Amino acid sequence: MAKMNLKVNHKTYSVDVDPATPLLWVLRDHLHLVGTKFGCAVGACGACTVHMNGMAMKSCQLPVSAAATQEITTIEGLSENGDHPVQKAWLDIDVAQCGYCQTGQIMAAAALLKQKPNPTDADIDNFMSGNICRCGTYVRIREAIHSAANMSKK
Amino acid sequence: MENKTSRRSFLKVSSISGGGMLLGFSWLASLKPTEVMGAATGAKDWVELTGFIKILPDNQIKILSPNPEFGQNVMTSLPMLIAEELEVDWKKITVEMGDYDTPRFKSQFTGGSQSIRSAWGPLRKAGATAKWMLLQAAANQWNVPVAELTASNGTVIHKASNRTSTYGALAEAASKLPVPSNPVLKKSSEHNLVGKPQKNVEGPKIVAGKSLFTMDYQVEGMLIAMAIHPPAFGMQLKSFDATEAKKMPGIKDVFDIEVYKKGYERAGFDTRTFNHLIVVVGNSTWEVINARKKVVAQWEPIVETKEMVTNFGRRKEETIIPAGLESSDKHMQKMLELQGQKARVLRKDGDPEAAFATAKKVIEKTYSAPFLPHNTMEPISCFAHITDEKAFFVAPIQIPDMMKQNIVANLDVPADKIEMKLARMGGGFGRRAYGHYIIEAGLISKKMKAPVKLIYTREDDMTNGVYRPAYIVTYKAALDANNNIIAIHIKGGGIPEHAVHENRFPAGAFDNYLAEGWELPSNITIGAFRAPRSNFIASAEQSFLDELAHAIGKDPIDFRIELLKKAKSSPVGKNNEYDAARYIGVLELVKEKSKWTATPKGTHRGVAAYFCHNSYAAHVVDVSMKSGQPVIEQVVSVLDCGIVVNPDAAKNMVEGAVVDGIGNSLFGGLKFDKGVVTQQNLNQYRMIRMKEAPKKIDVHFVQNNIDPTGLGEPPFPPIFAALANALYKATGKRFYHQPFINELNKKA
Repeated sequence: MAKMNLKVNHKTYSVDVDPATPLLWVLRDHLHLVGTKFGCAVGACGACTVHMNGMAMKSCQLPVSAAATQEITTIEGLSENGDHPVQKAWLDIDVAQCGYCQTGQIMAAAALLKQKPNPTDADIDNFMSGNICRCGTYVRIREAIHSAANMSKK
Repeated sequence: MENKTSRRSFLKVSSISGGGMLLGFSWLASLKPTEVMGAATGAKDWVELTGFIKILPDNQIKILSPNPEFGQNVMTSLPMLIAEELEVDWKKITVEMGDYDTPRFKSQFTGGSQSIRSAWGPLRKAGATAKWMLLQAAANQWNVPVAELTASNGTVIHKASNRTSTYGALAEAASKLPVPSNPVLKKSSEHNLVGKPQKNVEGPKIVAGKSLFTMDYQVEGMLIAMAIHPPAFGMQLKSFDATEAKKMPGIKDVFDIEVYKKGYERAGFDTRTFNHLIVVVGNSTWEVINARKKVVAQWEPIVETKEMVTNFGRRKEETIIPAGLESSDKHMQKMLELQGQKARVLRKDGDPEAAFATAKKVIEKTYSAPFLPHNTMEPISCFAHITDEKAFFVAPIQIPDMMKQNIVANLDVPADKIEMKLARMGGGFGRRAYGHYIIEAGLISKKMKAPVKLIYTREDDMTNGVYRPAYIVTYKAALDANNNIIAIHIKGGGIPEHAVHENRFPAGAFDNYLAEGWELPSNITIGAFRAPRSNFIASAEQSFLDELAHAIGKDPIDFRIELLKKAKSSPVGKNNEYDAARYIGVLELVKEKSKWTATPKGTHRGVAAYFCHNSYAAHVVDVSMKSGQPVIEQVVSVLDCGIVVNPDAAKNMVEGAVVDGIGNSLFGGLKFDKGVVTQQNLNQYRMIRMKEAPKKIDVHFVQNNIDPTGLGEPPFPPIFAALANALYKATGKRFYHQPFINELNKKA
């Protein structure tokens, strides 16, 4: 066990956990930030995607010790009121079916738009292929990312 | 307490202490009076109109959605049915998921594409009944005939005297009135909500990452539990040593549980499970994951058993669970061998043997598909807290009431002490009809005397699954000298069930027809998977018809329509399940919408259509080939599911089915090696991803006034064959064995 400070959504949390604990479980079990989802724990599905210093990161693959002192953003901190352009686009297009993967999809999409404000379909396909949606909402996700990109331009 | 239950009404009313009334809702128009409702829930100033509708004095209206939600959007579409008839402003309504309360909701069933179909009458009637009572209450108050009143936006209006009153103000008086037995429902031309797209009521919570799923549920003092099941099907626990595991940090206990008691007679959706499990319980997920690795277990082979299973209370069946360690390659050998042996006749029309004997040419093709894991994005989980007062669960479960007798029998909890919150499910697809995990979580909570959340890792979820069975089928057609098809023979088998739907198309279109089936018992657990059996048989049948059309030089759509016209005008046999006219309808519309004869340059198209779950679906798939791999350029989908309640959500469902079907037909397949699942996580098992998804999906619904039929499943089965037929055009190769990617990458 080790005491460490975590910066999550601009707040500092002090946790006392095994330093090897994946950030995913610290977020969910210790900080009660359950918007970051558990899907596979091997970095293959993207349900656990968060931002570390603005970059998309699979939190199941990140030991908490490596996340300490970094700027972590989870879905709960993406926007104050759930109104980040990507979240708004997701609601406009009504993307979700079961919804379980969508927070990971939204975090990945927000990171993509930070890097590429005007992504092409191919950019989206490449960047988003680390996130699985079992319900098959991919066509809507693509549309929503374009819509969020347009929203941000205005 | 006064009970004004009318024998003929499907709503019942009873007064409650503290004023107001409670109206209970009976899902089916049962002739038997149901028992009086329990005490009202919620704040004192709520007036509960039926089990589904609450109206606040300030005219806020809350509708409880009865059916479990796993992404088919019934939490939006079911309340729409009530709101349509109740005449309330949809934007002012709040919708909540109802808890498990089947005595009140009667049918809390999500599965079989039945939600909208079975709710269409009752929920509209519930809304209409409440509206009628509110109108009557206003009529009494103002002393005017009810016919002079109108209802709109949660308000009763008397135009002649310019008086209005909100539902909130009338609710208490309304609830004291007798329940009308047959309120008049609106005509579909009068609908102003049904048929207009409404957004997912839980959308804002989903995109904000709010706690909605069982996996997210947490309470003070909650423990985390994980189970260890045998490493292979055909094995069971012999003994284990938990000394080291118990010493690990944060660990509370390690013990074993028997899920179902000895002699427990399984019913309906009680899947056979790995019944004897080791359980590790601790403070946090990571600690339990680590301690679990320290458990040393010995396993031993199972012996063959026979057990009686009650099939939905209707009949008892003996099930054989064979011993042995099964492997996929042996399965295939065995299935091919059994295809050559005698099978059970499921249906016979005319004299197929004679027709085949005189045939000039016989076309015979065999199709197969492997086991499939559901791989819901949310792995299996369940929260349980069993105390002397009650058994409380937060459960992702498609059919909660099916679990009642199981909970009573295996957790020794009286039925009236079961409380269950129905969490939003991170995908279902049939997997969450099988609630063995509810019993597992309950047993662990009982032993720990604490609130417990049971979590399956992805490996647990994939290796302790309730898989889609493995199937095989051979289609045979007899042709005469003029290329007329004079007989059809379908013979199918599977592990442990066959997928032949003997009374579906093309039955009815051929004078000589034979359908046969056989089963091979297995110790691998299987269950419902989106459009059970249909999801395989459609892929074979629709590929075969395509090949037949090609062989006799006919356009594949025209060929199907021709057969369906025959089945419509002079159907062969008695039990044909489908409506040939609606079948023709989807084919004609998909032909028009896809501009069938104008294949876009550089692409190759395939078509397929199917009927299941009371609905009709057809797809045209366009593929192009890039570096030998298919790119899905476009899918045009046509559905006839009757009236569409929430069109945009319905489109989403069809799009999802298309993607799901393309993914499973191209990549899906779970393999077994001596009982061991060989792909245990998503880095070893290929699922469709964004870059493989179609570039465009164009969905159309047949416009008609038929009461809604199924939607979640029907668009799924025909996509497999539409893709196979497009791939044939693209490659010149027919695709008989799933997953197609293996066939595609096979060196010629």
